[in-house]
Amino acid sequence: MNSILLYALLGVVLFTLGLHALIVHAHLLRKILAINVMGSGVFLVLVALGVRAPGAPPDPVPHAMVITGIVVAVSATALALALLLRMQAKTGRTRLPVERLE
Amino acid sequence: MNSVARSRFSLLFRLMLLLLLLTLAGGLAYAVLSLPDQTVGLSDRVAANMETSGVSNPVTAVLLNFRAYDTLLEMAVLLVALLGVWSLGSAAVHRRVDPEPVLLFLVGVLVPMMILMAGYLLWVGAAAPGGAFQAGSVLAAAGILLLLSGKHFPVRLPGWPLRLVLVLGLGAFVAVGVTLVFANGMLLQYPPGLAGGLILFIEAAATLSIGVTLAALFLGGRPDPEA
Repeated sequence: MNSILLYALLGVVLFTLGLHALIVHAHLLRKILAINVMGSGVFLVLVALGVRAPGAPPDPVPHAMVITGIVVAVSATALALALLLRMQAKTGRTRLPVERLE
Repeated sequence: MNSVARSRFSLLFRLMLLLLLLTLAGGLAYAVLSLPDQTVGLSDRVAANMETSGVSNPVTAVLLNFRAYDTLLEMAVLLVALLGVWSLGSAAVHRRVDPEPVLLFLVGVLVPMMILMAGYLLWVGAAAPGGAFQAGSVLAAAGILLLLSGKHFPVRLPGWPLRLVLVLGLGAFVAVGVTLVFANGMLLQYPPGLAGGLILFIEAAATLSIGVTLAALFLGGRPDPEA
């Protein structure tokens, strides 16, 4: 058990916490935040697993993927927020309509 | 269904959800833990080809040379996200307020520093951690600071100059790629002697585009010329 695995496991925990929030919360802003937390967990796992061999230089490929991934995540979040604001302006709702199973 | 039954149902639902998520977390943790300690990965192949990459920072070499195709498409994703935001409506017109003198002073000191910082990050990316994405993010932060401080900066300059800067990064990338297809038949296969210069050229254009795109995303809509 070294510190790198600890970071990777922390990433798994973040991913699961985000998934929980995504399922439990109905408010769309919270869902967007939850997806961001899940994404951060994935990035943490990728970065941590890039330096698995202690002493060796880190693998640059996962790091490059995370750098681009962060920017894509930011722009996707901006688009999601714009969609949410638009939906709220049009319908006044910030939640998805619930379909009752009767 | 009365309220007691409903709350019991919701408790049951939550317990089941927790159980499922714990199973998932356990499975993922097991997958992480059961990975072999020593793996070759792609480090060795990157290290073996560093000399032809034109830069000495392996992350930049991967981003702009070995996997430049990924980065090219990613610039396109950034542009498409902005187009999506712009297609949803115009930017909200903010109430003009006179900013506090402290804020104005801070902005006046910080923004030039941040622009300098972005230039440094762009340049140092060839040899050390840094590069177009980091520099672009700092540039975007400077733009957002200007927007928040109420200085009438980018809302005043929509139209073609803004759009030109937005497509500059993708445009430079595609132009280099297409030129190389005609020169040596391979998309984004830099000749080793020119690689450093081409990477710096693409990164400089990408930094501007990333910075302006992220700041424009912050506006949350299409800036109107007469706003």
